[in-house]
Amino acid sequence: MGTADTMAAGSRPPQAAANAKSFAARLRNGDEIAHLITLIFAALVCLIVGLLVFQLYRNSSVSRHQFGWTFFVSRAWDPVFGDFGALPFIYGTVVTSVLSLMIAVPLGVGGAIFLAEFAPPRLSDMLTFVVELLAAVPSVIFGLLGIFVVVPVMRTTVDPFLQKFLGYTPLFTGPIYGVGFLTAGVVLAIMIVPYILSVSREVLLAVPADQREAALGLGATRWEAIWQVVVPYAKTGILGSIFLALARALGETMAVTMVIGNDPKISASLLAPGYTIAAVIANEFTEATGKLYLQSLIELGLVLFIITVILNGLARLLILATTKGGTIQT
Amino acid sequence: MNKHLKMYAPFLLLVGFAVVALVSVTRPSSPAPAPSPTRALIMALAPPSPTNVLLNAAGATFPYPIYSQWFDVYHQLHPDVEINYQSIGSGGGIQQLKAGTVDFGASDMPLNDKLLATFSFKIIQFPTVLGAVMPTYNIPGVTATLNFTPQSLAGIYLGQITKWNDPAIAKANPGVSLPGNNIVVVHRSDGSGTTFVWTDYLSKVSPQWKSRVGSNTSVNWPVGLGGKGNEGVTGIVKETPYSIGYVELVYALQTHLPYGTVQNSSGHFIKASLATVTAAAAGAAAKMQNDVRVSITNAPGANAYPICSFTYLLIPAHIADGTKRQIIKGFLHWMLTDGQKYTEPLAYASLPDAVAAIEMGHISEVN
Repeated sequence: MGTADTMAAGSRPPQAAANAKSFAARLRNGDEIAHLITLIFAALVCLIVGLLVFQLYRNSSVSRHQFGWTFFVSRAWDPVFGDFGALPFIYGTVVTSVLSLMIAVPLGVGGAIFLAEFAPPRLSDMLTFVVELLAAVPSVIFGLLGIFVVVPVMRTTVDPFLQKFLGYTPLFTGPIYGVGFLTAGVVLAIMIVPYILSVSREVLLAVPADQREAALGLGATRWEAIWQVVVPYAKTGILGSIFLALARALGETMAVTMVIGNDPKISASLLAPGYTIAAVIANEFTEATGKLYLQSLIELGLVLFIITVILNGLARLLILATTKGGTIQT
Repeated sequence: MNKHLKMYAPFLLLVGFAVVALVSVTRPSSPAPAPSPTRALIMALAPPSPTNVLLNAAGATFPYPIYSQWFDVYHQLHPDVEINYQSIGSGGGIQQLKAGTVDFGASDMPLNDKLLATFSFKIIQFPTVLGAVMPTYNIPGVTATLNFTPQSLAGIYLGQITKWNDPAIAKANPGVSLPGNNIVVVHRSDGSGTTFVWTDYLSKVSPQWKSRVGSNTSVNWPVGLGGKGNEGVTGIVKETPYSIGYVELVYALQTHLPYGTVQNSSGHFIKASLATVTAAAAGAAAKMQNDVRVSITNAPGANAYPICSFTYLLIPAHIADGTKRQIIKGFLHWMLTDGQKYTEPLAYASLPDAVAAIEMGHISEVN
């Protein structure tokens, strides 16, 4: 090998030969190839996102020109007379997602802490398996479960209870249908808990044991060690699981449309029916005739993308703000 | 640098291919062609047979069960002909027909002149079967079949009649003790031919509905909750006491839903059935001589059920490919004659003979 190299180098400028040699060496190590392949994979993901936005933008030109920025603040949705606005759908999307996080985050993180820190390992593995099964259930099943189980319970028990004790706030007023923002939030919460729980548990388990031991050694109780040392250490990972869950909640279609009532109105009451962006696109896209109608639906898709970016950005700011002052960082 | 480029070349090529593939997939003007992956595979593997012709069609979901049976039976009768139908919705069918990615389309709503003007070619519309829509309700304590007048249905859906014991409802139902509870109105949330028929009917019987809401596959509902699909509406109605919704005949018959009668233009309260729907269409035959796009909601006739409509096949008037043209014409002929006997077992109302005769005359216009 060595003789062959020197022989070849003799007939070439020495600089190029050195380059070729080191490149060949790196190639043999596999680094160069691995670098390239993974770069391509990462670039593909960005490419898909870029193309998606580009297509959404390009295919909504008619409605963007017709409505301009008023699309974001208009409450109209009238396919017959061709007047479209996104506000009720934006409101519904944000409200249901936030509601679902308010329910799912304590459940998911609490459950993860139990499974990672308190439960015997065998029980923990078993329960995690069951929880992960929940994540594999198709969303239409959650929707059916919503219609036939959650909705009746909400209508007959939960909603009247909330109205009785909290009816003085505008959040729980109005007629009770069983379907609405709150029910959609509950069903969404059931769907996203597995994501938070299973990812958070893994993150908590990955916290080095010496962190715990050090805290305990300093005289902390078990709970103090978990809450003040382990959880802050794992904070970034836990927040990551919450973003994943939020993204899922924002884009969820089938289960939401089955329990939200599909009424494009903005109501302060969480018991009132509403509508989300993903739900209206799924509902109306197939039978939408006419360019303006179709393009308004596509523009809604663009709006959903923007909302996702904004909410994710806000969440990332939240991380920055909270980790800066935090005691422990990953 | 050059050497690097050479090393990178295969990967760049790979990326290039991926980009081309992605762009062609995401190009809006060419929605994915119809054949299923397995069928595409089989077609790719099988030696091409010169007589085998595959037609692609797409459109309405409501007539999908009868269409798939028709195309299946027709394939058995003519093994060299295969028609692949994608029930992607009327809107999607119209788009694909316009883009030329399917040989013909299907729509629950007849194409009006404005929509037809957006096509670069002429379309001939063929009514195929009939659908009907009926009110279904859930009132605890009421087991009798309720009678609905046009005014009461329009009033309920406009949000003007809000209680079940409203005189407008009570008057048509003597002897039934109606509760004073609020009516929960339920409608379809997805764009649907069912909604088109329902709103077309309400537009006919209520000037206020016509000016305020109008008719379409989706409308701006004054009141009510939306359920996705017939099953969604049924689910909400079943789970919500004192609610009313509307579902199509096929679905109601198959799931044995309770449904009310509706007063027709002669003043009779008619229960929807295959016979009363065909009766409504028969009354319209005279008007269809010039234009098949007649609305048969609130049709004349003592026994005519008032909330029903045709569903349509959309056939291009000029088909360049002679083989495909002959096959489509042959299928239309068969569909209007022998094909109609497959409708009843699937709970679709068949075309009245007079209507089928008119359409038979239109087949020759396809050339």
